[in-house]
Order: sequence, then structure tokens, then C-alpha cells
Amino acid sequence: MARYLVRRVLWALFLFLAVTVVTYVIFFVTPADPARLAAGQGATPEQVQEVAEKLHLNDPLWKQYGLFLKQLVVEQSLGESFVNRRDVNDIVLAAAPVTASLVFGGAVFWLLLSLPVGIISAIRPRSLIDRAGMVFVLVGVSAHPVWIGLIFAYFFGYKWGLTPITGYCDFINPSLGAQCGGPVQWAYHMILPWLTFMILFAALYVRLIRANVMETMNEDYVRTARAKGAPEGQVMRSHILRNSLLPVITILGMDIGLALGGAIFTESIYSLPGLGRQILVSYENFDLPVILGITVFATVCIIVFNLVVDIVYAWFDPRIRLS
Amino acid sequence: MALLEVRDLRTSFKTDDGIVQAVDGVSFTVDRNQTLGIVGESGCGKSVTSLTIMGLNNPRNATSSGQAMFDGEDLLAASQDRLRELRGQKIAMIFQDPMTSLNPVKSLGWQLSEAVLLHNDVSKKEARDRAVTALGEVGIPKPGKRVDDYPHQFSGGMRQRVMIAMALINEPDLLIADEPTTALDVTTQAQILELMRRLQAKHGTAIIMITHDLGVIAEVADDVVVMYAGRAIEEAPVDQIYAAPRHPYTWGLLGSLPRMDVDTDRLVQVPGQPPSLLNPPAGCRFNPRCTYTMDRCRVEMPELAASPASAGHRDACFLDEATKSREPGRLLAGSGMGAG
Repeated sequence: MARYLVRRVLWALFLFLAVTVVTYVIFFVTPADPARLAAGQGATPEQVQEVAEKLHLNDPLWKQYGLFLKQLVVEQSLGESFVNRRDVNDIVLAAAPVTASLVFGGAVFWLLLSLPVGIISAIRPRSLIDRAGMVFVLVGVSAHPVWIGLIFAYFFGYKWGLTPITGYCDFINPSLGAQCGGPVQWAYHMILPWLTFMILFAALYVRLIRANVMETMNEDYVRTARAKGAPEGQVMRSHILRNSLLPVITILGMDIGLALGGAIFTESIYSLPGLGRQILVSYENFDLPVILGITVFATVCIIVFNLVVDIVYAWFDPRIRLS
Repeated sequence: MALLEVRDLRTSFKTDDGIVQAVDGVSFTVDRNQTLGIVGESGCGKSVTSLTIMGLNNPRNATSSGQAMFDGEDLLAASQDRLRELRGQKIAMIFQDPMTSLNPVKSLGWQLSEAVLLHNDVSKKEARDRAVTALGEVGIPKPGKRVDDYPHQFSGGMRQRVMIAMALINEPDLLIADEPTTALDVTTQAQILELMRRLQAKHGTAIIMITHDLGVIAEVADDVVVMYAGRAIEEAPVDQIYAAPRHPYTWGLLGSLPRMDVDTDRLVQVPGQPPSLLNPPAGCRFNPRCTYTMDRCRVEMPELAASPASAGHRDACFLDEATKSREPGRLLAGSGMGAG
């Protein structure tokens, strides 16, 4: 176990370096002038030069990258925004809970929907629920989240007035001057984003779960369980589900890890101040430290969730545990 | 009264291509302490026969008729709940591939205990103790320790022992073994057969041994049913199948088996492929592959009929007595015929 963890951490470090280097390179080959943007509209060339100097933008690429690493390791700091001098750590920490609310809440919803539909479709192929499920899958994977979001916002929010159309409320400790706060308001504001965000995943998971359950139902050990006299419910619970959900765990972990880097579309439609929206804004301003900060955060999320998946997997599957 | 009496069993499956008549009128009986061998090529309906008796065919596409009287109760007419009670308790089954027949994510102790708990009102502790005892009985060393292991920690032969332990844990009256040694290497095969024989002697279990391996049949069976394309084409006590086989298909099966006691240059083979059960040939189903085919064979389906020499020996073939008694001797190199 210890050796396994060491190997994982080393691999994570390598991954981290690779991702940040690539981000740096892409940033520098993009034809833009962050110093000019940072200095403001009416700045003279001298002022722009001064800003560039201050932000180390005139240093060679490797030196800037080294500075970034040094800052990160020594001060545990992601630096300051080029645009508004805010601490990037603060920016990421403020946006992350919003994205996390969206992603984890969405995951709960998509599992609540896809598990029963997927399982029932597998048990009763070609039944009404199976066919309805397949139509949903087709729509879910084809429809763009922006379109879904706009439709939802129009009907649920605007036309019927059931939900707020945009905005976010903190779950706890709303900031001073916030219009709303607390778990109820938080959930109320998140309903539409959750629904919008989950549809694609729910559709993919219905298909995934259906296929896995169907495949497992034909396994020899399932027949063995029936030959032992196990009732269907027990066959499903103890023998089919445990085995057929193993691949789902892997993919769930990867999807959550990936989505934590920012659910750009959903956050944009509903004006949620999450990482996805933040990274869009920062791209527009060529605000490298913020982009890097969010990239670092997303990378860490993916690495951590892959680790979590491995650990959960080992707990579910004894074949992994010992090898 | 026989423990299991199967009469005119028929099973068909609805498929996208049409109806497959997998079993088409099979009858046999099994007594306590006896082993019935069912032998035939892949796809001849021997596994479907056993799954039908167990009630394990998928009810969505399988239809069965006939009777399977088990201890006076017709299994084909029994409710799903009743069948579930009987399965694992009175009738148990072991399967061909021990590598895939155990649940990979549950410990052996859990899987054996499950079999106990499903049919007995005992504590989990008691069930586990029985699991340990059962593992010991099938020759797993240190059963108290290995009971917590998982299937992947066992070899194929050991897993088949575990399957046998699981099948016999509730001391069933009937054990159906569907090719239990096919996936194992030869030395392990012999051990597993020996184990089954020992456990049968101890508990008086009736066994249905399904196999395509005539060597296995010679070793364990008391009576044999030879199946071809969903039908029983010959049935006899085991020694007579080897000593005086009466159906050309049986000759072919025996001829394709290498024998220590007969010196042959070439093994006899059955030419051609087993017929499609979607659209079986008219008349005797073996007629397209048979070297003795007569006009009658192409139009009329032969029924099982007793041999004049022995009432327990029946075959479904129109050939005359002279051919039936002459040909096996000629084909199978004459000398040394008889059960080993």
C-alpha cells in the first residue's frame, strides 16, 4: 500500500508539472499583450513597460515558470491576478465551493435518475421504461447544455416562475451584503443548474449502467446464485449490482474530478460565480495567474479523485486489494 | 420409485431467427445413489435439459413441456417460488467453468453461507461453520483460514471443489453436474471425479453427469443417455454402451475416442456438423451425417425401442439387428470392446 501511494504521488507530481508547463507554453505562444491589458486603456508605452517589468513578463519563459513554481512551493501562493491584483488563492477558494455545489449536487441527481432507469431497462429490455430511457439518452447526449439551460430558464424560471433564473446563494456564512443565504436558498437557486448540468451525465450513465447490468446478468456466477435458490432481489443486489457498478465507480470519479475544474456552460448560463465562469473571464483578460491557478486546482482535483477511485475500487473489488 | 423421472421433456427458445427446439422429447430416470450420464456434442441439448429441470431457463424466451417428476412432484408445473425452495436444497448444480462460476467480489465463506442461509434458519455463525466444514470435506487445506479468501486466490481445480462444496452443503438429493471437469486439466479431472464419487457414496446423492467426454462417462456413470440434436438416440447401462453400442452416432462417438486397449491407425470421425435446431432435417436427425442412411430415415423419425437382447438398452434407429450387432465390432477395430 505504501509503495503504491508513493508511486501515485510521484506520478501526480509529474502530471502536475506537465499540465502547468503546457499551460505556460500555450499562454506564451498566444499573440496577446497581457501587460497592456493590465496597464489599462490609456496607459503610455512607458507605463506598459513598467507593468511588464513588474509582472516579470519580460523574463524568459523558463524563468517565469521557475518563479511560479517557487512561489507555489515556498509561499503556497498562486500569485496575484494581473488584472486586479487580487490573490489568486482567494479567487480560487471563492469560486471552488460554487463549482463543487454544482458538481456534487448534479452527481447526486444524475445517479438518482440513471441508477433506477438503467437497472430497470436492463432487467426489462424493450419495455416501455427501456424505450423511454433510450429516447431520454438520445436527447440528453445530443442537446447542448446551453440550449437545455436556456429552455429550463425560460420555462421554469421566466414563464412559470418556479425557480430563480440566475444567481447563487452561499450554503453557509453568506457574505455581507448578499441578497440571500442558507441551505434552503442555496438549493433553491441550484435546482436549475443541477438539472441542466446533470442531463448529459444522466443520459450517459443510463446507457453505461444498462449495458453493464445486462452484461453481468449473463455471468456464470449469477446463474450459480440462482441455482443456489437465491430470490431475484438478492441475485440483483448481491451478485449483479456489486459487479456491474465497478466500472461506474471509475467513470464517476473521473467525471467528478474533471467537472470540478469548472462546468463552464452551466455556470455561464445561470451566472454562477464558479471556476468555469472565472476561467472564461480570465481568458478574456489574459490573466495568466488566475488561469494557472484554476488549472492547478483542476489538476489536483482530477489527481485526488483518481486516487479516491482507486481506493474505493480496491474496497469494492478484492482482486485489486492484494495485487 | 425413481427420484427423478423425466418424461417427454421438450424445451424451445424463441430467437430472432425463429423457434429453436433445443430439447425435443427426452425421457430418463435417475435413482438415489445412481449416476446418469448424458452425453453428446455441444449444442445437442444436454445443458438445456438440466437447466429446464432446474427451472433456470429464461422465462422470457423459453417454453417447456413434458414432465419432470422429482420425488413425486412435477418440476415443470411447480411455481417459481417452489422451484427456488428446491434449488440449492434438494437439487443442486455445478457448472462447467469454475473460473467464472463464483462471484469474484464475495468471499468463499460468504458464498457458501449464502447457500446455507437461503434454506436453513440458522445464525450467520452457524452458516459459516458449515461452510468451513464443507470446504474441509472437499479437500481444501486449512478450510478455517481459506474460508475468507476470494475466488481469484484459488486455482481452477480448487474452485471446482468449492463449487461442489457449495452444491452439496445442504445435502441435496440430486446433483446435476454440467461438464464439471471440461475446463480442468486431466489430473485435476480425475481428482474431481473421485471426489464426486466419494461424496455420492457418503450421502447417497443421485447425480446427473452431463458431458461430451465418454471417458468421464466410463468412469462415473451407471446409465447413459446419448443425445443428438435435442433427442435421446440411445440409452443403456454404461457397460452396454461400450460393449454393444447400437446407434451409428454412438459408434461415431466411441470411434473418435482414442483407446489404450485398441490399436488403430486412425480414429473414426463423425463427418459433417450437428444440424441447426432452427430447421432440423426431416426424419432421423442424424440422417445427413449417417453412412447407413436409408430412404425411410429421411422421412420418418425413429423412436426409442428396446433391444431384443436387453430391455434396458434402447435406441432410435431403423437399421436391422444384423447391422447393429455387426458394425460396431468392425468399426471399432473389433478386439477389446467392452467397458474398461
